[in-house]
Amino acid sequence: MIDFSILFPSILNGLTTGAIYALVALGLTLIYGVLHIINFAHGACLMVALYAVYWLKEKLGIDPYLALPLVVPAMFALGYALQRGVVNRASHGKDENILLVTLGVAIVLENLALLAFKSDTRTIETAYTLTTVPIGPAMIALSKLVAFGGALVASAVLLLIVTRTDLGRAIRAVAKEKQGAKLMGIDVDHVYAMSFGMGLACLGAAACFLLPAYYVNPQVGGGFVLVAFTIVVLGGMGSFTGALVGGLLIGVVESLGGLFLGESLGQIGIFVIFIAVLLFRPQGLFGARA
Amino acid sequence: MMRDLAGIGAFAAAVTAVTLTTDSGVLLTLVMMILYAALLAQAWNVLGGYGGQFSFGHALFFGTGAYAQAIAQVAHGINPWAALALAVAAAAAVGVLVGALAFRYGLKGSYFALVTLAFAEVFRILALSVDFTGGGVGMMLPLNESFANLQFGSRKGYIGLVTAFVIAGLLVTTWLRHSRFGAWLQAVRDNEDAARAVGVDPYRTKLAAIGLSGGLMGAAGAFYVQVFQYIDPGLAFGPHVSIEALVGAIVGGMGTLWGPLLGAAALQLLAELTRNLFGQLPGLNMVIYGAVLVLIVMFVPRGLAGARTPVRGLWRGRRRG
Repeated sequence: MIDFSILFPSILNGLTTGAIYALVALGLTLIYGVLHIINFAHGACLMVALYAVYWLKEKLGIDPYLALPLVVPAMFALGYALQRGVVNRASHGKDENILLVTLGVAIVLENLALLAFKSDTRTIETAYTLTTVPIGPAMIALSKLVAFGGALVASAVLLLIVTRTDLGRAIRAVAKEKQGAKLMGIDVDHVYAMSFGMGLACLGAAACFLLPAYYVNPQVGGGFVLVAFTIVVLGGMGSFTGALVGGLLIGVVESLGGLFLGESLGQIGIFVIFIAVLLFRPQGLFGARA
Repeated sequence: MMRDLAGIGAFAAAVTAVTLTTDSGVLLTLVMMILYAALLAQAWNVLGGYGGQFSFGHALFFGTGAYAQAIAQVAHGINPWAALALAVAAAAAVGVLVGALAFRYGLKGSYFALVTLAFAEVFRILALSVDFTGGGVGMMLPLNESFANLQFGSRKGYIGLVTAFVIAGLLVTTWLRHSRFGAWLQAVRDNEDAARAVGVDPYRTKLAAIGLSGGLMGAAGAFYVQVFQYIDPGLAFGPHVSIEALVGAIVGGMGTLWGPLLGAAALQLLAELTRNLFGQLPGLNMVIYGAVLVLIVMFVPRGLAGARTPVRGLWRGRRRG
C-alpha cells in the first residue's frame, strides 16, 4: 500500500497537468467533437501560440498572463483564416482530404518554426516561476494552480457561448444537420470558420497558462495531439464539461501510472483507457447517446 | 484483368531494366525508397482505399513485422527467409485481432482511425518497456551479407526483394478489383447496410481486408529491418510510418491499382528534390513538402491516378479507377 503522503501530491500534480490537457482539448472539442474535423494541426497550432507568448515575453517583456488579450484574438484570427482560406478550400468537404490538409498545415507550421527558431528548447523566467503553494502535504507550483483556474474559466466561457448565443445555436445546428442549417439561412462556411477560430483561441489561452510551467520547441505540440483526441472522446464528443473532466482524469491517470508503473510504461494507461472507451462507451462519459 | 496483369508485367520489366543498367548508388537508393514507400501505401490502400476503413495506425503492423523479423533472428536464430514468413503472419494476426475488436464494436470513420492510432501507441510504449525488444536501445541485426541471410552487399538485391513485395501488393489489388471478395469489400465501403442487405457479411469482409493489409505492412517492416539492420520503438510504431502510408495512398488515388505507386513516387521525388535544393536550411524542405501536399489535395482531390478518370470516363462508361 502506498502512503497517502505520496499518493496525494501525485493526484494533485495529475489534476494540475490535467487542467492544461483540458485547455488544449477544449479547443479540439469544438473542432473535432462538434464539427468532426480531424485537426492534425492542433498540436502545431499550440506550438505557434507558445512561440507567440514566448516572443512577447522575451522581446516586449509582456507577462504570459497579460498576453492573453493579445494571443487569444490573434489565434482566433489565425484559426478563422486557416479554416476559410486553406482547410475548407482544399478539402472539398471530404474527410480524408481534411485530414491530409491539416497534416500538411502541421508539417508547414512545425518546419517554419524549425527554420526560424532552430530546434532549441526555450523556457521563460518570471518572478513566480519557482513560487509554490502548500496544499495539505503537497507543494504545487503557483503557475499550475493558475492554469487549473484558467481551464475552469475557459470551459465555462465556451459552454456559455455554445448554449446561450446565436453563434452557439448556429454551431449546434450545423453540427446536427448541415443541409438543414444552410436552408435556414445559416452561413455554414462562416460557422465552421468561427468554430475553428474559437478552437484555436482556446489554444491561445492554453499557451499563456502553459508556458510559465513548460517549454517550447518546434515539436512541442506533437505530444498533445493524441492526448487531446483521447480527452475529447473520453469526455464525450462535443461536451465541454466532458473535456474538462476528461482532461483532469487523464492527468491523474498519467501521474498515477507514472507512480506505479514507472515513467515509460505509465503512459500506457491513457491509451488503454482510450481504447476501452472507444470500444465500450463510444459516446464518452458525458456524451449524449447516439 | 488482362490489362492489369500486363501493366504489372511491364512494371516488373521496367524496374528490372533500370536496376540492371545503372550502377549509380543515388539512383538505386531512390528506386528502392520509392518502392518501399509504394509498399506502405499499397498496404494502406487495401484497407483504406478498397475497404473505406481509414487507419491512422498502420505503424502497428509495420512495427510488428519489423520486430518479429528482428527478434526471430537475433533471439531465436531463425533463418531470415523463414523469419519473413513469421513477420508477415504476425502482422496479419495483429491486424485481425485489432480488427476483431474494432469492427465487432462497430467502430467507423474517425473512431476507427483513432483506435488504430491508440493501438500503435500502446505497442510503442510496450516495445519501450519490455525486455525482449531491447527497450529504447532498439535491436541491431548482426551484419552478415549473403543471399541465404537476406542481406545484400548492393542495393540491387534489396530492390529485387521489395519489387517482389510490391508485385505481390499489385496482384492483391488486382484480385480485389476483379474478384467476388473485392466486390464485397467495395460494397461494404460504399454502403455497409446495403451490402448487408444483399447478403455480404461486413464484419468478416473487413476482417479479411485488415489481415491482408496488415500482412503487406508486416512485409514492409521486415524489409526495413533487413535494409537498415536496426529497429527501435519510435521507428517501428511511431506515427511517421502510418502517415507515410496513408499520404502516399491518398495522394496517389485511393482505391486504384497504380495510385499508391504513383503517390509514393511523386512524394519521394519531391522529398528528394527539396532535400537536395534546400538541405542546408533545416526545415525549408519540409515546409515545401507540406505546402505541396496541401496543393495536391486542393487541385487533384481524387489523387494522381484518379485525375485521368473523368476524361477517360467519357467513352469508357463511368467506372471508377
